[in-house]
Amino acid sequence: MKAAWKEKAIRLMLLATASTSILIVIGIFVFVGKEAGQFAIKPGLKELISSRWMPVSFQKESFGLLPLITGSLLVTALATILTIPFGIGAAVYISELARPTEREILKPFIEILAGIPSVVIGFFGLVVLVPLIKSSFGLWTGLTALAGAVLLALMAIPTVVSISEDAIRSVPASYKAASLALGASKMQTIWKVTVPAALPGIVAAIMLGIGRVIGETMAVMMVTGNAAIITASPFDSVRTMTATIAAEMGEVAFGSIHYRALFCVGIVLLLATFGLNIIAQKFLKKYRMG
Amino acid sequence: MRRVASQYIIAWLIRVMTYLIVFVIASIIIKILWNGLPVINWEFLTAMPKRGGSEGGILPAIVGTLSLALGTVIIALPLGMATAIYLSEYAKAGRFTRTVRLAIVTLAGVPSIVFGLFGLGLFVIFLRFGASIIAGCLTLACMILPIIIVSSEEALRAVPKSFREGSLALGATKWQTIYKNVLPYSISGMLTGSILGIGRAAGETAPILLTVAAFYLPRLPKSIFDQVMALPYHLYVLATQHPDIEKVRPLQYATALVLLALVLGVNLVAILFRIHIRKKYRW
Repeated sequence: MKAAWKEKAIRLMLLATASTSILIVIGIFVFVGKEAGQFAIKPGLKELISSRWMPVSFQKESFGLLPLITGSLLVTALATILTIPFGIGAAVYISELARPTEREILKPFIEILAGIPSVVIGFFGLVVLVPLIKSSFGLWTGLTALAGAVLLALMAIPTVVSISEDAIRSVPASYKAASLALGASKMQTIWKVTVPAALPGIVAAIMLGIGRVIGETMAVMMVTGNAAIITASPFDSVRTMTATIAAEMGEVAFGSIHYRALFCVGIVLLLATFGLNIIAQKFLKKYRMG
Repeated sequence: MRRVASQYIIAWLIRVMTYLIVFVIASIIIKILWNGLPVINWEFLTAMPKRGGSEGGILPAIVGTLSLALGTVIIALPLGMATAIYLSEYAKAGRFTRTVRLAIVTLAGVPSIVFGLFGLGLFVIFLRFGASIIAGCLTLACMILPIIIVSSEEALRAVPKSFREGSLALGATKWQTIYKNVLPYSISGMLTGSILGIGRAAGETAPILLTVAAFYLPRLPKSIFDQVMALPYHLYVLATQHPDIEKVRPLQYATALVLLALVLGVNLVAILFRIHIRKKYRW
């Protein structure tokens, strides 16, 4: 009798702790949304749709999110363009072409990159990459969207390589055997059979990588120059959403309009990564079932 | 003939790409080791910073980062392990389980700066903890919770079903079975995941920027309601906010090296631990 009671209590306790994750997610939406909601009431969401982010001004403050959103999009797009070939190339090389011992060394080594703190990568970017970009393109500053994108690609690559490699390796050996038996070469088999079969997993890997790129703060803040302008050139300075929050939160008064505007930036970021994540999970499910 | 040539070219191309990534990783580590090692001495590691960080050591930042990592794991570990036990041993397929899993995936994808906003809103302001170690630890704990849950669940699932069935057949209750016959074989795997979580917590900057980190505070914390300096934030400050960035360059390298050694060291322990477990338990 007593034992049965104890079993029930333990079960309930574990159930309660399992709900904490749900509570935290709700808490994030509530506490970030609360301040953003205040902004929506006064001065209103229309304020956000403008191309000027000038939160501190003697005449009129302006909280247009467009330069921040385009800044994040530009850096993310450039980083994605860099990440896709390197991520997939390395995954294919490691899973299909590398010798077994080579593979045992390469994969953990690339995964080390995921462990390097973003502020250290940002520091490396500042002392090596930024001067390199400045001198090789003849710019007056190397603090550009391109510098941010290269660092972000570095941070996304281990995620993409690791998950894509798993996906490629889980393609049944019979697929390859059938292709080779029909006279296809090794490379034809890789590009026409193995990679397409692993595609849902590879797509999920890329989406998760992009999710990390959009949300990354420190490295980007250190090397992109943080100019809130709308541009499509990789050689301009840009200001991303994450960097805006991190750089300005320290200087605002709690409860001010500027403070609430930063939470609006947060909610945009949250929704963007949430959406990407849901799509990535759909693809992951597909490859795990297939 | 042409087809064969292009095949070789592509194979070489992806090999070059792979080794280019390896080269960049190696150059990050070597560059920081090469420039940081000569600066590091006993005084640097154990002295207070002086003159706004231009001279002296980084002791408060080291203590700050260690206390944040430790506090985070004390909060996140029991929560994460209990959630994993529930999911792997008790949960039935249904709406609640699906919601918990969705929540975990969502948490894993939330940007670290948004965790910072959340921590600022909830712990610093709403619960009135102020910028403090406890606010920082709670925020970081929310962030690493998914890492601990996922790896703990994997460790639990690796224990063969027969271990549970044997115990249940002998008349043990469900909890007795889990406690005596499942946890002992999975605990080290669960710890491995948590070690990786510690590494992540120690290296993060964005969340602590909003919830705990002090720009310059040359003393040690006395309670969990104090602000502290932290290694990643200190590196950021020295590298971008200091009035004479070029002059303190050596200190930047040394700080980066200490942080890198700490985080990679923690990850290395996790990897070795995992290899050890895989050798010890084979079913």
